[in-house]
Amino acid sequence: MSVNRLHGGLVDHETAVNFSFNGKDYQGQVGDTLASALMANGVRLMGRSFKYHRPRGVMTAGSEEPNALVEVRTGGRQEPNTRATTVELFDGLTARSQNHIGSLKYDLLAVNDLFPAFLSAGFYYKTFMWPRAFWEKLYEPAIRRAAGLGSVSFEDDPDVYDKGFLHCDLLVIGAGPAGLMAALTAGRAGARVILAEEDFLLGGRLIAETNCVGELSGAEWTAAMQAELASMDTVRIMPRTTVFGAYDHGVYGAVERVSDHLAVPEAGKPRQILWRVYCKRAIVCAGALERPIAFQNNDRPGVIMAGAVRAYANRWAATPAQEVVVFANSDEGHQTAKDLIAKGLCVPAVIDTRADAPDMAGIEVLKGAQIINTKGCHGVTAVKVRLASGQTRTIKCGAVANSGGWNPNLGLTCHQRGRPVWDEAIHAFVPGSDLPVGQSVAGAANGVMSTHGALATGVAAAMAALGDLGITAAAPDLPEAEDGPVTLSPFWHVAGAKRAWVDFQNDVTVKDVKLAHQEGFRSVEHLKRYTTLGMATDQGKTSNVTGLAVMAEMTGKLIPETGTTIFRPPYVPVAMGTLAGRSVGKAFHPTRLTPSHHWAAEQGAQFVEVGNWLRAQYFPKKGDTDWRQTVEREVLSTRASVGVCDVTTLGKIDVQGTDAAEFLNKIYANGFAKLAVGKVRYGVMLREDGIAYDDGTAARLAEKHFVVTTTTANAVTVYRNMEFARQCLFPDMDVQLISTTEAWAQYAVAGPNARKLLRKLVDAGHDISNEAFPFMACGEITICGGLRARLFRISFSGELAYEIAVPTRYGDALMRRLMEEGEEFNVTPYGTEALGVMRIEKGHAVAAELNGTTTAANLGMGRMVSKSKDSIGSTLSERDGLNDADDLRLVGLKPVHTGEVVAGAHLMNATGPIDAKHDQGYVTSAAYSPSLETSVGLGFLRDGGNRMGETLRMVNPLEDQDVLVEVVSAHFVDPEGGRLRA
Amino acid sequence: MLINHPLLGPRDASEFTYLGDANLLNRPDWQGENAVEAFHDYLYLRDNPAGLHRELWFHEQGDRSWLVVTRNTLTHEILGVEMARDVARNNKRFEGDAQ
Repeated sequence: MSVNRLHGGLVDHETAVNFSFNGKDYQGQVGDTLASALMANGVRLMGRSFKYHRPRGVMTAGSEEPNALVEVRTGGRQEPNTRATTVELFDGLTARSQNHIGSLKYDLLAVNDLFPAFLSAGFYYKTFMWPRAFWEKLYEPAIRRAAGLGSVSFEDDPDVYDKGFLHCDLLVIGAGPAGLMAALTAGRAGARVILAEEDFLLGGRLIAETNCVGELSGAEWTAAMQAELASMDTVRIMPRTTVFGAYDHGVYGAVERVSDHLAVPEAGKPRQILWRVYCKRAIVCAGALERPIAFQNNDRPGVIMAGAVRAYANRWAATPAQEVVVFANSDEGHQTAKDLIAKGLCVPAVIDTRADAPDMAGIEVLKGAQIINTKGCHGVTAVKVRLASGQTRTIKCGAVANSGGWNPNLGLTCHQRGRPVWDEAIHAFVPGSDLPVGQSVAGAANGVMSTHGALATGVAAAMAALGDLGITAAAPDLPEAEDGPVTLSPFWHVAGAKRAWVDFQNDVTVKDVKLAHQEGFRSVEHLKRYTTLGMATDQGKTSNVTGLAVMAEMTGKLIPETGTTIFRPPYVPVAMGTLAGRSVGKAFHPTRLTPSHHWAAEQGAQFVEVGNWLRAQYFPKKGDTDWRQTVEREVLSTRASVGVCDVTTLGKIDVQGTDAAEFLNKIYANGFAKLAVGKVRYGVMLREDGIAYDDGTAARLAEKHFVVTTTTANAVTVYRNMEFARQCLFPDMDVQLISTTEAWAQYAVAGPNARKLLRKLVDAGHDISNEAFPFMACGEITICGGLRARLFRISFSGELAYEIAVPTRYGDALMRRLMEEGEEFNVTPYGTEALGVMRIEKGHAVAAELNGTTTAANLGMGRMVSKSKDSIGSTLSERDGLNDADDLRLVGLKPVHTGEVVAGAHLMNATGPIDAKHDQGYVTSAAYSPSLETSVGLGFLRDGGNRMGETLRMVNPLEDQDVLVEVVSAHFVDPEGGRLRA
Repeated sequence: MLINHPLLGPRDASEFTYLGDANLLNRPDWQGENAVEAFHDYLYLRDNPAGLHRELWFHEQGDRSWLVVTRNTLTHEILGVEMARDVARNNKRFEGDAQ
């Protein structure tokens, strides 16, 4: 049996569990936490402190633990900064201490401890001020290395994290006496109840103390309650579940650690689940957290909260040492001594700060005494006590059970700016009246410190919540239980201590708080930031109130006058992986594939992400030397014969209704009311501020039926804005909208042979000759023997071109058929690169030109904005500043001699200074034009419409580019548009 | 947050897209006097109240309704939810009566 293992408790003494700590193998029992198992094995030193690298051991028995932070597991499952007090032991668990260089026992950074003055409150602000240049190179890397708590493996986590949603009438947070009674009351009334408990066992303090409930021990009573609750269909018991946040409208966040207690999750099970709980009412039964008394060297391993010492002894059958002195300011000390004696341990003395502390049979009670120092290198070996008489005495011991009273666990009550109030009766903050809507608090969390009080207030809170919900309930009979008063006499810290720790995780001492006060940081918020008190991962659960008490003492005020302490979510740290859930890697966002994607992949296409879509970028062929040659081939081949491009990703919005044409008149800057049935028109949309934001086409398929296309990137925004216009601005119009982007697969068929190719697919009876189906015609047709399709004679490439749409499920087949039938024309599939080159050659604007700063006038489309009608943005497009004579105009650019046009470069006059003041414009798009065999670009040029033929300097000082360019028409290819109309 | 959709009941706020002040319903008359100024004020001048705020939410991951939500910006309490189209129609009728 391990050196500090006791008998009894709730661990399975028959079943051993093997684990290792810092490379050494140990045995624990089923039911142990890492902390209790290490304690049972006599390991007190578990880590090093953050700033001074002081040796530290476990201080609590719960998630409030500030000291015993360890790194558990290895490889992809490695997890830093895990509290040893909440790690359930499993066979094969490996754990390591953190925050030291060299071994845990002989940490090289412990040298910090020799120079505490150097690292006192505000040391960042004071020390690293000068010289400035040292900050990045010296100070910051050194501090980061020294302050880093755990480490990560940089391997992918092999486990899955899930997200889930739960709904209930009543969420009960915490399954101690109050929570169990609340859940029972509501469960018996048939309400839908979720009982969430952070621990892997229910019971709270009932399984840590020796008090009886009725005739049963705390553990037995808990088991009986759990059995009844488990038998109710409407009650869901969730152990290992921490409710970490209280959000608006009864929404709570919770993490269920489904598999943390296993080496590997069971097949199909996630590691953790992030739950979003929607509840009508919530009762916080989160208990209370014990606070330490601060004294000289109170951070030595072995100085542990008295309640934790009882929990380890009673529940986990473990003790930090065989000889434990008790230091307390209430009867908690006596209770602790009693429990330890019952376990066969030695309690050399109870040191009680109260001069009138009661006596105890068989144990020496040192009344009015205080611990003034501790001894021991890596753990306590003795304490030095100042007796009431003023004499000092040294007492040998291996541990100190320390109790300064209990603070109600306020976390969730503060998450919506609720401010706790001071309760003079129990000398602690209790929840204020400004709780989150629908939340109430019962038991010790509400300052009711006895077991009887917890049971009774649990019932009362549940009855009240059920009453609000109109559910009739009967109050269960209350069992007999401990109902003692709070006996503590406030005592915060032992005077005269050189270094007495308040915040153990951030290494803040009583002296630091005093220093902050001395230097003028007296408000609680300033105190916090200056000393970092309460700003560690434990949010000061064990330190905030003590810090306040010290500050109150300095200012001569009462604690409630000094300030209060509130908490923000999350109650305990939540892993990033849990918050991410399954949204990692490729699943970070959905991937949208076009219907011809698999066909394109078969052709070896390269894909590019366009929003969530994957689009074919280019189609490399055998013999192509590089991507650029591939693109040139696609362009030349399309312009010479025929090419096909998947344009399914363009947004498509179906607009129907008697006011459909009038509605489009409002949406587009140019007019649509007079568009004939069977015709398509290019349209530009403005924002209400007059800036152009999207362009596309609207095809009138019937009198009351249009199909609008948008750019791929703006499909969602345009649809949203159109719904806004329909519902909010023009609510009386008879018009309906629906997005049909996913419903239709659409292909551009472009090139001189486009019609010949389509003729082979379009069913007889549909005349697509130039006369019957001219440029900008559209119609509903059938192809391939009866398949319904839509044909639009529109061109982005500048060639004779069509876009043909078929229902999505025929997209793949249509692409294959086009390739088959097009073989005789040497048909070429082309991707977004070739599409981009051809549109630049043709001077068509895309997002680079519609960049959120440009107007229709800038784009050379000023005359399109109708002044004879109201459309969104039309009024403000006329405002000052958007209509200056020398405004930017879209122009074409090409090098005069050599060099390339580069997107992003700026335009300067051929002579004159090159600076921002003399800026003439900028390049938005550039490409090598295989048709013109030169580099070409589009850009915005001041007064560009009147500067054709002028030579400018295109400069990019960042990359030393300086090229002479000529201003030309943006329509490089076929400016008259003869090809379009062929 | 939960928004009590008039047609669909309580829905999680994550299903919605937020726009802003419901005053955006009151788009000025393009032929009115000082239309440019009126549009400027309509577009750029918003109240930013600490307290009750009527604002536009779009049920983008749902039925695509635009809603007018009356929310207390201090507490996030939601005091009313209306279909924006109904509100817009009523506004127009009111304007019509006034003329």
